[in-house]
Amino acid sequence: MPDSPSPSPLVELEDARLRFGVVKALDGATLHVRPGECLGLVGHNGAGKSTVVNILNGALTPDEGVLRRDGQTVHRNDINDARAHGTRCVFQELSLCPNLTVIENTRIVHRDLGGFGWRKRARQIIEDSLNRIFPGHHIDSQATVGSLSIAQRQMVEIAMAFSESSTRPRLVILDEPTSSLDATLAGQMLAQVRRFVQAGGSVILISHILHEILSTADRIIVMKDGRVSVERPAGDFTTQSLFEAMGSVAPEEGVTQQARNLSQAPVVLKVPHPTVPFTARRGELVGLTGLSGHGQSEMLIDLFRQHSGNWLPHRNPTVAFVAGDRRLNGIFHLWSILENFAIAALGDLTRRGFVDDAAVRERGAAWQRRIEIRTQDMNQPILSLSGGNQQKVLFARALGTRAPVVLMDDPMRGVDVGTKQEVYRIIREEAAAGRTFIWYSTEMEEVCLCDRVYVFREGAIVAELAGSEVNENNILAASFEGEAA
Amino acid sequence: MSALASLTRKPWIWSFVAAGLVWLVTVLFTGGASALGLTLAALTFSSFAIIVGTGQMLVITLGPGNIDLSVPATMTLAGTLALKFMAVDNSLILPGLLVAIAIGLAVGSVNYGLIKLLRIPPIIATLCMSFIVQSTAIWSNRGLRIKPPPALAEFATSGPFGIANVALVALLITIIAWIFLERSIYGRWITSIGQSMAAARMAGVPVDGARFLTYVICAVLASIAGYLLASFSGGAALNMGAEYLLMSIAVVVIGGTSVAGGFSNVPGIWGASLFMFLVVSMLNTYGLGAGFRMIMTGIIIIAVILLASRRNTSLT
Repeated sequence: MPDSPSPSPLVELEDARLRFGVVKALDGATLHVRPGECLGLVGHNGAGKSTVVNILNGALTPDEGVLRRDGQTVHRNDINDARAHGTRCVFQELSLCPNLTVIENTRIVHRDLGGFGWRKRARQIIEDSLNRIFPGHHIDSQATVGSLSIAQRQMVEIAMAFSESSTRPRLVILDEPTSSLDATLAGQMLAQVRRFVQAGGSVILISHILHEILSTADRIIVMKDGRVSVERPAGDFTTQSLFEAMGSVAPEEGVTQQARNLSQAPVVLKVPHPTVPFTARRGELVGLTGLSGHGQSEMLIDLFRQHSGNWLPHRNPTVAFVAGDRRLNGIFHLWSILENFAIAALGDLTRRGFVDDAAVRERGAAWQRRIEIRTQDMNQPILSLSGGNQQKVLFARALGTRAPVVLMDDPMRGVDVGTKQEVYRIIREEAAAGRTFIWYSTEMEEVCLCDRVYVFREGAIVAELAGSEVNENNILAASFEGEAA
Repeated sequence: MSALASLTRKPWIWSFVAAGLVWLVTVLFTGGASALGLTLAALTFSSFAIIVGTGQMLVITLGPGNIDLSVPATMTLAGTLALKFMAVDNSLILPGLLVAIAIGLAVGSVNYGLIKLLRIPPIIATLCMSFIVQSTAIWSNRGLRIKPPPALAEFATSGPFGIANVALVALLITIIAWIFLERSIYGRWITSIGQSMAAARMAGVPVDGARFLTYVICAVLASIAGYLLASFSGGAALNMGAEYLLMSIAVVVIGGTSVAGGFSNVPGIWGASLFMFLVVSMLNTYGLGAGFRMIMTGIIIIAVILLASRRNTSLT
């Protein structure tokens, strides 16, 4: 770790304040990044991390406070200036154009590629970067981004940020870069971060997965309520002390589920299959795992479509869905938090076809308390919430229905550690009360909470693991070999 | 003051402001003599655009690409067949209305059938449908002007205090549509579909059912408008629906409904329909020709869309 005469900061933010209406997004944040350093940024949803990112990349200008790049005070903050200075960003909300190919997206990011033959040059740049970071990635750079899985899109975005043309990346900001990646891909990405930092670049890494931060960052900043609350070298933290610094209750060491044997419980869902048939029983937590983008989301969507009415609503819904890709199939951006929450359970909240406002408000308030949606008013627009809080609304939407089966499509993307523990607790309670959860997750920790796990490879289930067989080694073995178990 | 401020934030207010301004300019030009007459005429003549526009608004709310171009043909066919069925007989007025509604149900069902089963984009499906429907009208009409039953003609052209009954029918229809959009589960369904069809599907909204119902309602409203218009104007004519293609879309857009879907606006349809009628009256009062009127109408629609889009971006 370069602890010797520290070079002058690449970017500095001093006492920055920014408010959106009544919400104080930043309340005097001060931080800096030096060349050759990876800065870890952690904090709860809504602590101001994304706002800091948006100031550093030029999208937002603070109401008060000073921003310096290379020691020069920036008076008019601007995205193009930030880019010219070498700032690159990978967003939590993916930001590629879905209707364009990977190559065309590269052209948009690298403006100087213009002129004849730009496709060839763009292809060269993005494929080099992809091959370097994710060897053996199987991504066709001529495919439209919309046809890629969410994990592949995230890989392209990461490769894009580290790619070089005439301007070189100097500061790469990664906001939840591994949220859709499985362990192998996440490891490749973190290795790239270390290589980049060793070569003198700077990285700001935001993640709710604390061991990633602890293993990769040189220095860690904890944000709380729009300020920096703790700042220390990464070596001074343990997982435990980092939890405490964030002000959350640390999870009990090694939360392993009490081995529940549910083989006698009634089957609630079934998919026949010649080799590994899929079943889900009452009160069971069924995990879907394997490398990301191998058909897990597709199976959940198919299950939902088969068990819900497309022409007439079912009087007793059998399935509810929690989206992970919330911009694609989760939120309704024009609606309030309350309307977004209520849509799935409207059948129970209407009288003779008309919405019962009092009942909706009451149920909304109950779930707001139970899952702690951070807002003063549930009638605020859904987009006024931070990403993690939007995700909580989607949880509340599905759990607020009477459906006995809840399908979860990697729903913990961008959700902070404290909230995750809360949601795990709610899921366990609901499962104990007889609800079935079918849970696709890219995080091993979550997969290990499940009673039974199906491993996917190339669009099909290749293995079933139950009870004590559910662990990282068995899952990895099954995802790569396919013949295991 | 704050009441005024909150009023200016309602997207529908601008169409009423525009209608009021045009009204004022026209009345001033005639020295105030036409104030009452112009108001009553505006209420009467815009009621057809209001009824058709309400249906079109529901379809546009379904999101990008959703539009019903078969509206004018449906109006013509419903007017023609209903009047032919009634054969100037007062006792057949209600059955005649049912004939018109049945035509609407049929056209709407086939429209959505084409969209869903053959996977044709709505703009093309409804355009094809409009050729079939219009041809049926021509075939059954054979160029004759069919007269309405006298009692129905009387009903359409008269009314309490000089306000035509058709305007009251339009009011009733829009109030029902408003209540359904704002308060009912169906309203929630179509606004959710308009924002994101994928998200609506995964939230358990019966997407096909709601879209089917919407196309049917739009066609039924068009046939009711055709039935009333034919009775009001003394008979069904083959070109009677023609101007309502552009009109039905224009009043939705000017009224503040989002062209991108997911957000609809019923009061705005009234403001916009009155405005569209008053603009034509104003240009007539100033003695301008038909060609120039069309150009002005086009320019006004473009201007309103530009203003509306600017308003939206300043909000976010």
